[in-house]
Amino acid sequence: MSRPATLATARRVLWQIRRDPRTIALLLAVPTGLLVLLYFLFEGQPRTFQKIGAPLCGLFPFIVMFLVTSIAMLRERTTGTLERLMSLPVARADILFGYGLAFGLLAALQALIVCTVGFAILGLDAAHGAWLVGLLAIANALLGMALGLFVSAFARTEFQAVQFMPALVLPQILLCGLFVPRPQMAPWLHAISWLMPLTYAYDALARATAPAPLDGAMAADVLAVIAFTLASLAAGALTLRRRTP
Amino acid sequence: MRDAEAIAVQDLVVQRGGREVIHGLSLTVARGTVTGLLGPSGCGKSTLMRAIVGVQVVAAGRVTVLGEPAGTPRLRRRVGYVTQAPSVYSDLSIAENLRYFAAVLGVSRARVAQTIRTVGLHGREDQVVGSLSGGERSRVSLASALLGAPELLVLDEPTVGLDPVLRAELWASFRELARAGATLLISSHVMDEARECDSLLLMREGALLEHLTPQQLRRRTGREDLGQAFLAIIERSQREAAPGA
Repeated sequence: MSRPATLATARRVLWQIRRDPRTIALLLAVPTGLLVLLYFLFEGQPRTFQKIGAPLCGLFPFIVMFLVTSIAMLRERTTGTLERLMSLPVARADILFGYGLAFGLLAALQALIVCTVGFAILGLDAAHGAWLVGLLAIANALLGMALGLFVSAFARTEFQAVQFMPALVLPQILLCGLFVPRPQMAPWLHAISWLMPLTYAYDALARATAPAPLDGAMAADVLAVIAFTLASLAAGALTLRRRTP
Repeated sequence: MRDAEAIAVQDLVVQRGGREVIHGLSLTVARGTVTGLLGPSGCGKSTLMRAIVGVQVVAAGRVTVLGEPAGTPRLRRRVGYVTQAPSVYSDLSIAENLRYFAAVLGVSRARVAQTIRTVGLHGREDQVVGSLSGGERSRVSLASALLGAPELLVLDEPTVGLDPVLRAELWASFRELARAGATLLISSHVMDEARECDSLLLMREGALLEHLTPQQLRRRTGREDLGQAFLAIIERSQREAAPGA
């Protein structure tokens, strides 16, 4: 792995996105728009808005980066640029970290906007500071990126890649505790939720936006998110093959 | 000590999609030559090239490139590979594409300008690749492979979709590269390009039919037209195969 190749990859990915202003606009505006929608949906029920809206600020980047990365990576595979890169003196880590750097930056920007609107304008309460939600948002974005990168290996077309979103992300959102507290779920659903990375991402966000003091459970959540990210990256690296059948 | 051979393939067997597509093929390519790899589409040219570059999983046999096993990390700097479909980023400009690959290879910006000139795209550096014609796109792809001044260039149908003038220009620059010491392996299914080569590899159905010079091909078949000559060779090979089959 070499620093210049990692940085060059990050710059290249950002340059590609820069060519597509509509994607940038959607990336930055959609989460905020949805949050505003929730605000009006729960007008007069500030507690519900707080309970759903505050953690969502940190979950949006996960969803968006999962989608963006799985498509971007699929394109690298189908256009042959990945095969070219694999025949060049570039380490797989250069590609992975290059993508991570670029999308991490984008996620930070996205989190900044949605957190500013949510916590400063719409009156959401980040009990332990909006910056903590922002940091968790970036971590979740990287988790989404790592998962997207891995699953892109199992899609042949962009249609398939897009379907991974309802297939893999939606169940996690339903089971993570955002809509129904996990202890109230049927035991088998509760058991499944333990295996899903988003459960830990949501739990950390719920703790960061609730008044109760932070304890070891928060640290465990963050470690779980990091562990899932690293495991997905490692699995993703295995799908970047130098030799293909 | 330099080997006389740039490429040595021994008893290569490749399977793709559960089917054997190369059946125990052996060949050598001398250094500093332009070698044409000719044969009908689907005969295994691209697969053979992939095996030489080291991106193809091979079932059996040995492929040695510039004295090292194909696909060795050290070869990634010494071998340039251009796939049939242009493998460049269509949402980047010509210059951005080449600057990225230059950064990965660790070559200078001056080299980027130089290669753009070689493929005749100077003055259009800032054009986005997606807006180029098919022929222009494949020239960007070719330029990316020329960046590192590789000792061996493996070009899969580099002149498809190009007008005759440009084709002649490219073949002239291939000859120029060989004079400077590079070895070029160029596949084509256009037989009139065969006369530009020092030697010819004639392939059919995953096997090597002949390895000879254009002159030898004409002499052996008594045909002046190389397309006719190739057909004659195929007919002869079928006649020879028939009694045993």
